[in-house]
Amino acid sequence: MTTTTMTLAAALNAGLRRALEHDRKVVVMGEDVGRLGGVFRITDTLQKDFGDGRVIDTPLAESGIVGTAFGMALRGYRPVCEIQFDGFVYPAFDQIVSQVAKIRYRTSGAVQAPLTIRIPYGGGIGAVEHHSESPEVYFTHTAGLRVVSPSTPADAFTMIQQAVALDDPVVFLEPKHRYWDRGEVDVDAEPDLPLDRARVVRPGTDATIVTFGALVPTALLAADIAAEEGHSLEVIDLRSLSPLDFDTVEESTRRTGHLIVAQEAPVFCGLGAEIAARITERCFYQLEAPVLRVGGFDIPYPPAKLESHHLPDPDRLLDAVDRSLAA
Amino acid sequence: MVASTYPVQLVQPDGRRVHNPEYSALVADVDAGYLRDLYRDLVIVRRIDTEATALQRQGEIGLWAPLIGQEAAQVGSARALHRDDYVFTSYREHGVAWCRGVDPADMTALWRGCRHSGWDPATVGITNPAIVVGSQGLHATGYAMGAKLDGADIATVAYFGDGATSQGDISEALGFSVSWGVGVVFFCQNNHWAISVPTHVQSPVPLAQRAAGFGMPAVQVDGNDVLAVLAVTRQAVRHARDGAGPFFVEALTYRMGPHTTSDDPTRYRTAADLDEWRVRDPLDRLRRLLGREDLVDDDFLTDVQAAADDVAARLRRATLDLPDPDPLTLFDHVYGSDHRLLTEERDSYAGYLAGFTTEEAAR
Repeated sequence: MTTTTMTLAAALNAGLRRALEHDRKVVVMGEDVGRLGGVFRITDTLQKDFGDGRVIDTPLAESGIVGTAFGMALRGYRPVCEIQFDGFVYPAFDQIVSQVAKIRYRTSGAVQAPLTIRIPYGGGIGAVEHHSESPEVYFTHTAGLRVVSPSTPADAFTMIQQAVALDDPVVFLEPKHRYWDRGEVDVDAEPDLPLDRARVVRPGTDATIVTFGALVPTALLAADIAAEEGHSLEVIDLRSLSPLDFDTVEESTRRTGHLIVAQEAPVFCGLGAEIAARITERCFYQLEAPVLRVGGFDIPYPPAKLESHHLPDPDRLLDAVDRSLAA
Repeated sequence: MVASTYPVQLVQPDGRRVHNPEYSALVADVDAGYLRDLYRDLVIVRRIDTEATALQRQGEIGLWAPLIGQEAAQVGSARALHRDDYVFTSYREHGVAWCRGVDPADMTALWRGCRHSGWDPATVGITNPAIVVGSQGLHATGYAMGAKLDGADIATVAYFGDGATSQGDISEALGFSVSWGVGVVFFCQNNHWAISVPTHVQSPVPLAQRAAGFGMPAVQVDGNDVLAVLAVTRQAVRHARDGAGPFFVEALTYRMGPHTTSDDPTRYRTAADLDEWRVRDPLDRLRRLLGREDLVDDDFLTDVQAAADDVAARLRRATLDLPDPDPLTLFDHVYGSDHRLLTEERDSYAGYLAGFTTEEAAR
């Protein structure tokens, strides 16, 4: 066991390095991923160590990045694309949704596109517009894609390798707000969970908070505060947004009877709506209150000076917990 | 960098040869037998198109995108390719598919609505049609990048139309391919119409000129002259296979039929428009050349017609024999690995279907 403390960004870098070492068909491509190491330095030093044929600085065009990566996949490569920011993925939407996601189905299984599309996402970093968005449901709504998001350095290290190794395309959402959070990573350990399983990150008995990405630490903080007030909260980190591990959420909800779903994205038609509907179907008689959703408002992402109102914080989570427990 | 003010032409509409020192040399090996083979291809490809169009009119397939008028552009270019070259197409390249070796029996499954594709691209070196206009330009560029990294000296060909040149994906593909110096042949069939919109709405300048602006050689060719298309595409393919980077060909041709069988071209063009191009028909042109050079007789023409009829019969039989897919195949090939929600959905729908009695299910 070789446990090291590292940031989530460094864990992604280490995971990508492993993936490049493991399979010579893996290539990393995107804007500024080479010499600069990416604007968040996730690909730092990879081009120096693996060469510019494996870590490729592309021209500045997102559809071009994903579309050419798709072509490389047809040639037998396993590309890892970096989209520089969440708000810049939309020019690549057709390539992701109509080409990458559907090619296996369109060809009755003859062709596959094992791409990993990395996207730093979410707010909380005081950024200018188009740099703080949570586009996950555009992709979870698209059959053929898998969508995952790690919240810890340890998961970032293993999940990026699992995503790259998978024969299905994966939209890999990186919570940029947590890039610099540190945690223990065992770089020799095998993954302790399949890519599509959720993790109970804090067991509890009174209510369940389900979330993912940057809000996992927020939910854990809320659980600490609740504990001081005498409430035991269970916190689930979904990790995989598609497919979604309803079994783990259901098992927890059956025990606690109270479920709160938290997301940064606007609540309307968000992931929380799907979770609320499915869990209501599965646990109608065990629920002691309606499933509550806490998320961003139904507005475009606001200017940085207002984002603290938009993003769920521990108080808004605890407000929902109180409403649920009072029901 | 547009190589010629006039499109390259080696055979005039009346069948007379045009001598062009550069391009005639590129087809110097095309002897009587080769010319007759090209004619056979042109006739077969038109026959495939006629048969599939008829199948649509008879309600046996839902839609077809006719290629009539564009046979020479497709056959001439596809016959310039090597076996290990790789082809990405739009939805009208049935003639390219034929030349690549796609079985006509596999050409209609998509259009009949039984599957989204007809063949395994790996076996024939040609992808299934790209329906989202222009998307395949980027795929070809990425494929060529992969080939370059593999050290494979092949050409990757992207077929698209004049309308597609307005798509961002084609511009991005042109840009990426010159930036990476990869061997893509961009083969644009300028058939003068993007459904109802004429080419001048896409671009006030020749399309080849736009490509030249990206920094690649670009040549306009008479797309109804199969010999000229063969020559220019050979030049482009050689360029790509030699590692000299991308090459753009604009083949000037004309879509004599509708955009698809759902289209009504009488709403946007006149009979006179068609007459102007009818005299440039690609099949007539090669047949006149063969006649002038005494390379055809009745036996040959009868033989070609019989071969084309056989292909059409095979296509028709295969279409009519296509079984309706089993409902539960709905859920196949969405993912390559286990996906629990989809498995649940399939199981649930299987149970739902099983709940019907035979008579109910038959309704």
